[in-house]
Amino acid sequence: MADKLVHLIITRQDTPDSTPYKEEFKVPYRPNMNVISALMEIQRNPVNAQGQKTKPVIWESNCLEEVCGACSMVINGKPRQACSALVDKLEQPIRIEPMSTFPVQRDLSVDRSRMFDALKRVKAWIPIDGTYDLGPGPRMPEVDRQWAYELSKCMTCGVCLEACPNVNEKSPFIGPFAISQVRLFNQHPTGAMNKHERLEALMGEGGIAECGNSQNCVQACPKGIPLTTSIAHMNKETNKYALKRFFFS
Amino acid sequence: MANSQEFVSRRIHSLLGLVPIGLFLLVHLVANYSATRGAEAFNSTVTFMESLPILIVLEFVFIYIPLLFHAIYGIYIAFQAKSNVGNFGYLRNHLFLWQRISGIITLIFVAWHVWQTRIQIAMGTEFNYDLMASILSNPAMVVFYVIGVLAAVFHFSNGIWSFLVHWGITVGPRSQRLASYFTLVIFVVVSFIGIRAITAFIQ
Repeated sequence: MADKLVHLIITRQDTPDSTPYKEEFKVPYRPNMNVISALMEIQRNPVNAQGQKTKPVIWESNCLEEVCGACSMVINGKPRQACSALVDKLEQPIRIEPMSTFPVQRDLSVDRSRMFDALKRVKAWIPIDGTYDLGPGPRMPEVDRQWAYELSKCMTCGVCLEACPNVNEKSPFIGPFAISQVRLFNQHPTGAMNKHERLEALMGEGGIAECGNSQNCVQACPKGIPLTTSIAHMNKETNKYALKRFFFS
Repeated sequence: MANSQEFVSRRIHSLLGLVPIGLFLLVHLVANYSATRGAEAFNSTVTFMESLPILIVLEFVFIYIPLLFHAIYGIYIAFQAKSNVGNFGYLRNHLFLWQRISGIITLIFVAWHVWQTRIQIAMGTEFNYDLMASILSNPAMVVFYVIGVLAAVFHFSNGIWSFLVHWGITVGPRSQRLASYFTLVIFVVVSFIGIRAITAFIQ
């Protein structure tokens, strides 16, 4: 079995501004390998398919169980987590690229800051601090908690942005995930106390109106979050809020 | 208060597509359909339309101004997208792309069609069955008209689907799937009406 090899074609980039190039690798196969362990083989022995010594490939990863979102990359054309991309289930040669929606830092490592900026913009948190003890908040109905939990599985991995045809350099769209997070925090009984702030943010530049309903996000989401349902629901909420604001305030 | 100009423009764009533009498309194609009962019937429909009071005001308020807004803003939307059906070959993603393509085709067709009919009338040509019949005596024009009508009807039908999502009427996947079937039926029925009317002018 020692001579069985995994063939990888990796799109690399040395600095944030340099031109990307492709490099091929053939690493020894082991049973149950994932893309991360194939990349670790390159790290261990940085020699490309032509037998030349090269720079080891850079990537990001943390949890290795598809909950942190750090190792997202485009594998055989689809954005997904490298840790849950099993070599046995992938067509070879395995084509690995960084997610082009984000600025590439080096090789497969991208800067996902725009997602965290988007979360700040839509205020995706629940303010609980006061100058005195505010006491316990209202209880959340169990039925709501159950579906809200599904939305809370979002790990800011960037796959929905990479899949969305309306997230690109010509558009300011913040991305599907942020809209779903507004739904999550507006549903929370304490979070609902500030829901107008999040709705206003969604109605701002690059907000919910930029969605063009290609529905790629819901297909691509590794956590199975009902993103398009969240978007349609927030469409209704922002419309209601906009009409109310126009007629009654 | 956040700057929600873009949001409002998009919502107006979505609303205008259905009312009045979509409604106008239906009225227009149904009126054309009277040609299937002969030149007489079509000419009397035309006479009825031309007899409407303050017609020029109706045309501007319910057709030209909404259509221009929808078209110009639509071009901006269409060219903002970066299509990726190669890697994401899902049905909705294809329809997303075709909504933009059909919008551009419809715009080209409508511009040509308005020049051939409404502007000629404004310059003194009398509009009747024979004018359309002479336009459609050219096989290339027939092809152009069929493509134009199909593009417009597709854009309208698929636009209803998007309208239902943009206005939060179809929220969950089940209602959105049902809306897909519903808009498919609209596409088939309205396309038939539109194309049957074109063939009625071919002698």
